[in-house]
Amino acid sequence: MTLIESFEKLDYSDALESSKEAQTWLDSYGRRFGQFINGKFESKSNADLIASLNPSNGDLLANIEVASPDQLKKAITAARKALPAWQAMGGHGRAKVLYALTRLLQKHTRLVSVLETLDNGKPIRESRDIDIPLAIRHFYHHAGWAQIQEREFSEYKAIGVVAQIVPWNFPLLMLSWKIAPAIAMGNTLVFKPAEQTPITAMFFAHLCEQAGVPDGVINIVNGAGATGAALAAHEGIDKVAFTGSTSVGRAIRRATAGQNKKLTLELGGKSAFVVFEDADLDAAVEGLVDSIWFNQGEVCCAGSRLLVQAQIADKLHTKLKKRMQTLRQGTPLNKSVDIGSLVSQTQYQRVDELVQNGLEHGG
Amino acid sequence: MDKELTKHDKKIISYPKMNLVGSSDADSKIKRNPGIEFNIDRISNITVNRSAVERRCAGYAVRRSIKKQQQAAWLLKAISLIDLTTLSGDDTESRVKRLCGKSKRPLSAQLIKSLGIESLNLSVAAVCVYHDMLKTAHQALKDSKIKLAAVSTGFPAGLSPLPLRLQEIEYSVASGADEIDIVISRRHVLEGKWKELYEEVKSFRDSCGEAHMKTILATGEIGNLSNIAKASQICMMAGADFIKTSTGKEPVNATLPVSLVMARMIRSYYEETGYSIGFKAAGGISDSKTALTYMTMIKEELGRRWLESDLFRFGASSLLGDIERQLDHFASGYYSASYRHPLT
Repeated sequence: MTLIESFEKLDYSDALESSKEAQTWLDSYGRRFGQFINGKFESKSNADLIASLNPSNGDLLANIEVASPDQLKKAITAARKALPAWQAMGGHGRAKVLYALTRLLQKHTRLVSVLETLDNGKPIRESRDIDIPLAIRHFYHHAGWAQIQEREFSEYKAIGVVAQIVPWNFPLLMLSWKIAPAIAMGNTLVFKPAEQTPITAMFFAHLCEQAGVPDGVINIVNGAGATGAALAAHEGIDKVAFTGSTSVGRAIRRATAGQNKKLTLELGGKSAFVVFEDADLDAAVEGLVDSIWFNQGEVCCAGSRLLVQAQIADKLHTKLKKRMQTLRQGTPLNKSVDIGSLVSQTQYQRVDELVQNGLEHGG
Repeated sequence: MDKELTKHDKKIISYPKMNLVGSSDADSKIKRNPGIEFNIDRISNITVNRSAVERRCAGYAVRRSIKKQQQAAWLLKAISLIDLTTLSGDDTESRVKRLCGKSKRPLSAQLIKSLGIESLNLSVAAVCVYHDMLKTAHQALKDSKIKLAAVSTGFPAGLSPLPLRLQEIEYSVASGADEIDIVISRRHVLEGKWKELYEEVKSFRDSCGEAHMKTILATGEIGNLSNIAKASQICMMAGADFIKTSTGKEPVNATLPVSLVMARMIRSYYEETGYSIGFKAAGGISDSKTALTYMTMIKEELGRRWLESDLFRFGASSLLGDIERQLDHFASGYYSASYRHPLT
């Protein structure tokens, strides 16, 4: 396109973030990841594989081995074994490890952001400006608390070995919410990322190797629902922390009943976005855009129900439809897009079915 | 930013084409706003949520990228949207002549050649001066398509007697002004005298006749965003062709939040009446980056059609110099010192 054509069109630039460094890193692991147990990656040649794909183009990012029951047991045993020494290190000692981990994460911010976008499909602008910086801040925050833990939390005690299971919408951010406070307090853990988005957790494991995290304190296992269920129900676990769907949350509650485990569940919602007639409607539209299309709407508290006072409903709907035309969709690595890719083909089909269903019911 | 694309990036560039509002169609002529009946109901329900406005404003520059050739193209467009302005007590004929010369040839011949844009015949949109300089400017701009604008009605405070303010407009129109930048009485806004404001602006419009009228709200002096939104609506109802942020003489001049609120009022006036009103951001926009953010905001809120000189202007003097330097950098790969460029 000539300069004069650009002058007539006044389009935005396709500001593509390069994925070269990220692809190189994936290649360095042969695009295959096993389990991170007792401070090392371990691979099984006959393991079942789950392909982790780039949802924006279907390219293979890496094959992920599903943890076998033996490996799960090994991870839990390693966590148990690491517990006394980790607690004996004291808050100050653990803070050192947390700070080292955080600084490494910070050093690789750009690479991690690209990995997250490749794996999850969220726009690079969001992983770069929101997910990864927030994850880093969480680690710093909890490193700080670990440092002054004996003084500030003298009456609190660590629980023990924690099983942590997270969903695919904010992979590394969820990891930080789970791992940072648990290890700061002196727990050891077995973490399972979602099977759709395990890549940044694998990168995190790679950083654990460098940061001097004692062996067995952080273990990361891969797999889908069955692996998660086996992990949560395992007798070697003292606490289960789960974020994800309500139905899985219920299943975990049933599976852990009578086991005397502590349990934290953070489940899905259907949040309402309410607009009254005295609102600044242009502002309400922008609020709604943030609320329902941030992260492609893949947020547990996304404003998925719009309730509008009748007098202004038509006006708001018109404004909203007009605003939707300026939302830019496209490849998530482009910094000028608002909406990237849904996390997987399955999720796309699910959303599509819901939309069709809505249309059939008069939407 | 010059990153090598891997095969993974390349594969996904061809995503579905966007359906943007009001794309191009730059030549379509707009109907002039005749104004509509005063109707207090059109403004009584207006409320503006400041924090929501600020949040939206923070997004434009980071959510939309304008780089390299696109950036050069947008900056060339920015030049064509400038009202090149001098409004100083020490204005002289020679300064105005120089300004008019610059307005006709905003970029050096060498730069135009190396950009390959001879066919654009690029010039700024208008030259904006005080009444006394109109004659000189009119002389200097004859045979060009550049509009001649005069600030009027007791600019910048607008506190001289009403008959004199009306006469001032008529004088300026008679001296060849194509556009009149009027100032509103801020007290009418601050005291909530909307009918009085409407009548005042309507009388200015009557005096303007064929000349287009830009109404300066002096947004730095009329309090809050809700007042700015209401004053915008009143001016459009009274027949404004443009609504303009500021005189450049207030302590706070054009800001992005203020401009967003005004752009949204233009949008709602258009939706309700079918008339397209122009927007002029004036004062404090002195670098390319800020100009691009304003243009992004306009494109997002009002669409591509509004980025033409009949619907959008920058009131600026030093902006042109900075754009020239950026374009020079695009063409040559090097930044030149500002003293290597002509005075504006």
